[in-house]
Amino acid sequence: MSIAPLLNKVFMVDLIKGLKVTFKYQHPKEVYTEQYPLERPAIAERYRGLPRLNVNPETGETLCIACNLCATACPEHLIVVQSERNPATKRKEMTSFTLDISRCMFCGLCAEACSTDCLELSQDYEFALYSRDGFIIDRARMERGSEPTVYTR
Amino acid sequence: MTDSTKSGFYQETAGPDQTFLDANELVLNMGPQHPSTHGVLRVILRLDGEKVLGTECVIGYLHRGVEKIAENRTYTMFNPYVDRMDYVAAVSNGLGYCLAVEKLLNIEAPPRAAYIRVVLTELNRMASHQLWLGTHALDIGAMTPLFYTFRDREEILKIYEKYCGARLTTHAFRIGGTLYETYDGFEQDVNNFVKFVTPKIGEYEELLTTNRIWVERTKGVGVLSGKDCIDFGVTGPVLRAGGVKWDLRKAQPYSMYDKFDFEIPTGENGDTFDRYIVRIAEMRQSLRIIDQAVNSIPAGPIMAKVPKVMKPAVGEVYVSIEAPKGELGYFVVSDGSTQPYRVRVRPPSFVNLQALDKMVRGALVADVVAVIGTLDIVLGEVDR
Repeated sequence: MSIAPLLNKVFMVDLIKGLKVTFKYQHPKEVYTEQYPLERPAIAERYRGLPRLNVNPETGETLCIACNLCATACPEHLIVVQSERNPATKRKEMTSFTLDISRCMFCGLCAEACSTDCLELSQDYEFALYSRDGFIIDRARMERGSEPTVYTR
Repeated sequence: MTDSTKSGFYQETAGPDQTFLDANELVLNMGPQHPSTHGVLRVILRLDGEKVLGTECVIGYLHRGVEKIAENRTYTMFNPYVDRMDYVAAVSNGLGYCLAVEKLLNIEAPPRAAYIRVVLTELNRMASHQLWLGTHALDIGAMTPLFYTFRDREEILKIYEKYCGARLTTHAFRIGGTLYETYDGFEQDVNNFVKFVTPKIGEYEELLTTNRIWVERTKGVGVLSGKDCIDFGVTGPVLRAGGVKWDLRKAQPYSMYDKFDFEIPTGENGDTFDRYIVRIAEMRQSLRIIDQAVNSIPAGPIMAKVPKVMKPAVGEVYVSIEAPKGELGYFVVSDGSTQPYRVRVRPPSFVNLQALDKMVRGALVADVVAVIGTLDIVLGEVDR
């Protein structure tokens, strides 16, 4: 064995080199862990979270025109839109809207298909539940939108 | 048991007058819950003490029937499902599928979209190799790289989240281009990432390349020569570590890869150490491509003219791309309707996994873990 590798072995140069790297990250400002419920991550503007039904902010009426395009676009067929024709205005009006979020994969195809900017994927990411019952969400829940959990001590 | 006996895997070692205690051979199940099999892979090992006499892989624990699902979805609807095959390289999967359907429709993504695609797929190659490095090192016993690779991979996921709204199963590309325009500061974010991660790759190397334990555990382990790789159909870094200079980005450039200047790193011995060196070098080459691509994204549209209802003409295409793990191919057959008649995926992990038996025969049990890690399999892609 030539002298250089032997010295490397005796003085454990490889170990010291590695320890140098790990030692560099001992400083508290190198900490990467987020203390999740206390520290919330910054959610990107385009984040695809829980779908939301938008309402007209002035009148409070839904923007949905019950065209059923979202239900057709959904790969898992999770959206059911029911509508009724209003005899006065001769327009279809959405009566109920349900979405099964237990199978939703947040691909965003429904929001792309929406012709009136009504259906949108919000930044809400906290919708875990203890039972399966609540996973089929209705119009009221989707219009309320994000409901972040607040933890108090 | 009866089927396996026929295949000659189990050999009758104990005669009628021997008890099982006299037998030298032991059949041991590794997985499907073993953490080092990177998912739900079950390997049946035939052992003589610590020595591996033979292996048999049992796959299918994660089979979801993705290819069958494709037959009941329109071309657009199937797009999010491909992300769920190789979930650590979802963007590459999406690119392969989109390119295949684009070829079927006879359209081409505009240059701007192609450049954005290159940036994101190369970022994905980085993310996939980083995840591979962390978990592979963890399997062999080095715990530190895992934390550093995951920390740096997080930056890529943040760019994905800002660009398309999802971190892992991104659904970033659409047939005909990309849906999302780059956000304000995209170029800066990517450039910052390149600057941030270049010294970090040197740190991974400092932790491992000369580390005595790492070298002893990987050099000469799981040797697969270039010829064997070609015989098995193995592609990707495993093939290149065997000394074969084959990269689909150079061999049949897609998505404007011929515009970029990069090299194909190759190894010599085809052992686990060489595959590690090749992947580290590939990360550096990826950074080179990202650097060139992100600073020269041309202006223009990001979506080609695509019909709302896609009805490709009757025909079939096979398009393959260089995914982080090897050749990822999509064979799409159209019968002229809105839904594909058949989609067949050629996943790199599934083909690479075949070589496991050849690589571990005669090695020790601990080397099986190293070899499964070095093959860089993702069970979502093996089973589909």
